[in-house]
Amino acid sequence: MALQENKSSLEIIPRNEEKIKKIWKTAGILLLLTSIEFVFAFTLPRGILLYLIFVGLTIWKAKYIMMDFMHLGEEAKPLFYSIVVPLIFLVWLVIALMREGADIFMIRW
Amino acid sequence: MSTTATAAGVSPKRGIWGGGNEPLKASYGKLMMWFFLLSDIFTFAAFLVAYAAIRVSYPGYAGPEEAFIGSNEYWPIPELVFDAIPFFHGVHIPLAFVGLMTFILIMSSVTMVLAVEAGHRNDRNDVVKWLLWTLLGGITFLSCQAWEWSHFIHGTEGGSMLTYVNRMGQVVTETVYGANLFVNEYGPVAFAQLFFFITGFHGFHVTIGVFLLFLAFYQAAVGVYERRGHYEMVEKIGLYWHFVDLVWVFVFTFFYLI
Repeated sequence: MALQENKSSLEIIPRNEEKIKKIWKTAGILLLLTSIEFVFAFTLPRGILLYLIFVGLTIWKAKYIMMDFMHLGEEAKPLFYSIVVPLIFLVWLVIALMREGADIFMIRW
Repeated sequence: MSTTATAAGVSPKRGIWGGGNEPLKASYGKLMMWFFLLSDIFTFAAFLVAYAAIRVSYPGYAGPEEAFIGSNEYWPIPELVFDAIPFFHGVHIPLAFVGLMTFILIMSSVTMVLAVEAGHRNDRNDVVKWLLWTLLGGITFLSCQAWEWSHFIHGTEGGSMLTYVNRMGQVVTETVYGANLFVNEYGPVAFAQLFFFITGFHGFHVTIGVFLLFLAFYQAAVGVYERRGHYEMVEKIGLYWHFVDLVWVFVFTFFYLI
């Protein structure tokens, strides 16, 4: 790429092929998990088990994105926990609203 | 401040409250980006959990797939709603197009990591190259979403016979084509409302991401970061971009698979 002459004193560090290989490996895992979801969507019968598999695979993918792409694991431990621990609140939100939805179903139908 | 090696440690003369320290060993910008993303996780989680709650409050379509017709009495099967791809009019190809969109967004996330990695190495040419690929991926994703929305709004050729309350408050029975915020040929109107709201809010995030990526691309290309001495901006925008990908992974599961 024809960019303007490099006059800066910043030293270019050569590529670390191992690191780059690891990034592509993570990409492969993410695409593989997505294709597994696709196969399951057309082969397994719809039901609570299939939905749990989907949610599990999704959280697994989320873990790869946060740890390998966003490098959350490499941050200081207090930062890591201040991001991850508040997500516990979501567990309550899911339980409460699923219960609510099921009750609305009972009233409506 | 964040570039000097001494800032990370505590100066013995000034003590920890004397300033010049780096809490949590991350720069101010990166820290704030993380906490912004945490708040955004809660916003999107609230939307998706609301989707799940409304979804379980309706019965799902239980009949055979070939006989599926849209109705506001039951929730539709996603693979029978999202089964169109451009240039193949009227052909039933379930979930292929949205799979392509997922692929594009994951790949743009990968090129973004490569740009951040190049930034760590101060390699301007690589940063510019990978940011350009990421930018391309983001724009392609947005174009795909525009097509998806347009198809969803205009609907199928056959439409669906529905009884519903129209904008004037009258109960009408007629053939409905496509979806809007008042009526929806594919299922309950809440299905369309949630679709527009959640994928729209995600698309809005992608749009902002594309602007930020363009900014980073331009500044990296003209050498702003090189003069600044570090490529931290690429890293911060990278965090945002990965988050957009992360949200899509969840939107994909809840909207298109479940």
